[in-house]
Amino acid sequence: MTATTLAGLTGAALIGLGLYGVLVNVHALRKILAFNLIGSGVFLVFGLVARRGAVAGFAADPVPQAMVITGIVVAFSATALAIGLLLRLHERRVEDAAAESDNRSDNKSDKT
Amino acid sequence: MTVLDLLDTGLAVLVLAVAAWTIVARSNFAAVIGFMTYGLLLSLVWARIAALDVAITEAAIGSGVTGLLLIGAAVRLRALEKSDTAGQVGGLGRVGAAVLSVLVVVALAAVFLSAEGQGPSLAPEAARHLPQFGLGNPITAVLMAYRAIDTMLEKVVLILAVIGVWSLAPDGAWGGAPANLSLAEPDPALVYLARVLPPFGIVVSIYIAWVGASEPGGAFQGGALLAAMALVVLMARLAPAPEVGRLWLRLVIVSGPVTFLAVGLLGFAIATGFLAYPTAYAKALILFIEAFMVLSIAAMLPLLVLGPPKVPGGRA
Amino acid sequence: MPLATSPAGYLLVLAIVLPVSGMVLSFVLGGRHAERIALATAPFGLAIAIAIAAEVLKTGQPITYIVGGWSPPLGIALRADGFSAVMLVTSALVLPAAMLYARAYFATPATLREKRAPFAFWTLMQGLSAALAVVFTGGDLFTLYVALELLTFAAVPLVCLDGRAETLEAALRYLLFALLGSILYLLGVGLIYGRFGVLDIALLAERTRALDGDTRALLVAGALMTAGLAAKTALFPLHLWLPPAHANAPAPASAVLSALVVKGSFFLAVRLWFDVMPTLASTAAMTVLGALGCGAILFGSVMALRQERLKLLIAYSTVAQIGYLFLVFPLASGAGAWTAVGWTGGIMQVLAHALAKSGMFLAAGLVAEAVGHDRISGLRGVGRSMPVTLLAFGLGGVSLMGLPPSGGFLAKWWLLLASVQSGQWAWCLVVLAGGLLAGGYVFRVVAPAIAGEPLVLAKPVARGREVVALLLALGAIALGVAPDGLLELIRIGRGG
Repeated sequence: MTATTLAGLTGAALIGLGLYGVLVNVHALRKILAFNLIGSGVFLVFGLVARRGAVAGFAADPVPQAMVITGIVVAFSATALAIGLLLRLHERRVEDAAAESDNRSDNKSDKT
Repeated sequence: MTVLDLLDTGLAVLVLAVAAWTIVARSNFAAVIGFMTYGLLLSLVWARIAALDVAITEAAIGSGVTGLLLIGAAVRLRALEKSDTAGQVGGLGRVGAAVLSVLVVVALAAVFLSAEGQGPSLAPEAARHLPQFGLGNPITAVLMAYRAIDTMLEKVVLILAVIGVWSLAPDGAWGGAPANLSLAEPDPALVYLARVLPPFGIVVSIYIAWVGASEPGGAFQGGALLAAMALVVLMARLAPAPEVGRLWLRLVIVSGPVTFLAVGLLGFAIATGFLAYPTAYAKALILFIEAFMVLSIAAMLPLLVLGPPKVPGGRA
Repeated sequence: MPLATSPAGYLLVLAIVLPVSGMVLSFVLGGRHAERIALATAPFGLAIAIAIAAEVLKTGQPITYIVGGWSPPLGIALRADGFSAVMLVTSALVLPAAMLYARAYFATPATLREKRAPFAFWTLMQGLSAALAVVFTGGDLFTLYVALELLTFAAVPLVCLDGRAETLEAALRYLLFALLGSILYLLGVGLIYGRFGVLDIALLAERTRALDGDTRALLVAGALMTAGLAAKTALFPLHLWLPPAHANAPAPASAVLSALVVKGSFFLAVRLWFDVMPTLASTAAMTVLGALGCGAILFGSVMALRQERLKLLIAYSTVAQIGYLFLVFPLASGAGAWTAVGWTGGIMQVLAHALAKSGMFLAAGLVAEAVGHDRISGLRGVGRSMPVTLLAFGLGGVSLMGLPPSGGFLAKWWLLLASVQSGQWAWCLVVLAGGLLAGGYVFRVVAPAIAGEPLVLAKPVARGREVVALLLALGAIALGVAPDGLLELIRIGRGG
């Protein structure tokens, strides 16, 4: 088995691992990590395709490699947006909980 | 089996082991560290399959900048949630997920193993047209010429992500600056690094962007390195985070896609159509666009790591 | 299909470049300029879309544009057939309507240079316009992946513009489903390239037709891509993200999300099975998609009947109406004579739903603003105090139910016809049941609304905004008397 096929199979395994991680983990941060695993696995599949396109003196087909470079940037942007949403959600929950306990203590002090 | 085969197999096993650790680790923080390690190992795999441009990009963006983003998130979440552990779904859900994942892996493996040897390739076609640009790196030609519209649209994706992240700010903080990157006082070693490293980093990133025309490298890699320099400076608090309402920041962000669009539309007048280059000026135009792309990427990547504005701005 | 630039091909470039330029300009100038730029470019967008439709109709052929002069497979082509053209026109109608309606929601106050929610709204809406343009005209599978990501990134932040924890959670869930969808799609793209070395849709159509022997890569790719696109279109059972996201977003965003954004991934699923690999569209696979569609129709309609909030009812109705869309797979694929009717029915359903649902969401938004809440039980008599708004909602409902005259009626009539002619009777029963259930949930709202004393409004709404909602709903009705030109246009370039 060549390094190329090994990379492709590693990619497939990563996709499987990542998919398992997305479905099984409850916390959103872990899901986001698992998504990145799937993404990098998919990119390795593109890498396999690129290497198989090594013809006539070229080390690899440039088109899939260019797609992976584009894909890495898109994946990073997606992670950034997801993290942003996650952090803001938790901040809001903390703020809402604090506001609610303020309201309750206000109500209590009104009654006394 | 040669030594190289053994190394490859070992690398693959290591990559999968670290990836599995990332999935099952109880602590969020440990999982993120595992992920960063995974990213670096992955760059080695890319180098082994002769995709150096991708290896650099993966190391810089996929592992480096993403890792920074994730660590920052893990730290902030730990403070917000008062706990660091994460749970998993119950028994039946796990079984179902495992079955589905195995199915996908088997299907993919069946496809890969059935198609050994050479596959269809656009490499000769890509190389055939290279001389007309004077470019030596076919990947740059694909990104900036043959499939330029995808690269241009991908810049728009980045801007949308920036807008999306900014929109998560509290209303009162709009126009202001994101919170400081490091939660505590920066380490003196980090401050020293932040003073010494950026000048070299700037030179190297310009070189990588420039040399990408003929060797592995290019605008994305150069831009990512420049972004890393900016992040180091921000982490060491040598410079304040920029306010999102500033005109200069917005202009730098759009400089890449605007240049791309402008040259693309110019193609209607001086060449055969949208995003077509006149043969005489092709390489010059491509380098011109790439220069601004480097600036845009260097601005947008740190902004995505910094997150939404938190501190109210100087003027509304 | 010719692989050369058509004379009017530059229109496709303009359709993309105009909203992108607008968005970039809005980003720089910020503040209230973003709103003005968005509204100013909208008429031009409509003009370009109509020009594309007219050109396709005139030549009877899809329009092509080879970008940069690089022919596929190395380069990328943009292509607009009848389906693309009608979707472009629909977007060019719904987006500006939502924007006009939204001026009251997202105005920048005179005292501030820029405010968060308006800035985000006006730039993201233009980004959405650009994304849809690329989805409908992209001729290369990887370009379409970038288009899907554009669509997701523009749509998700619109859901949580109000900044509440509830909407943030809905937006995060939407994003995670959408990302799963795109990555599965991308994996399929990689497998297809590995098999053929080509990603251009027209070239792939030739290659798959001439294929004999190993179809493994294509089948796995098809399954993965369809699963991903189904997740993004919220096809039952992957619909979980849609009701909270569409119901809790601001009304103009909900309208655009239900009417256009979910149709983008559906559009690509159609491209996949009718253009890229029609010969692999086995009866079994198409029946599975149709069956999931039936599940959506029944489940979504029943859930809509049980909702207490108006916007959630409308969101579950979207889940149901998406089910009708997937009936196009069993009813328009293959070689039978009925496939033309099934195709026209499916496309008409896309158009009618887009107009009807956007009108209904805008109407619901007006009601929520005027009354202060959207609990259905508290809306008795609202139709007496807001007759125009309720008329808009009611007319949209007529199309959803499939009553004549309306686009929804024509769509369901043709789907019924196709299922009868092809001998696939089971779909008939579900279509009819869906219509009855839709009647149920529409009357649940309309009947009490027009009875009793007029409801006292907490805050009156501008008549202009009611008219916008009404015009969209009337559009859905007007499709019911669709001219032959429209039907002819829909059939141009039909694959399969």
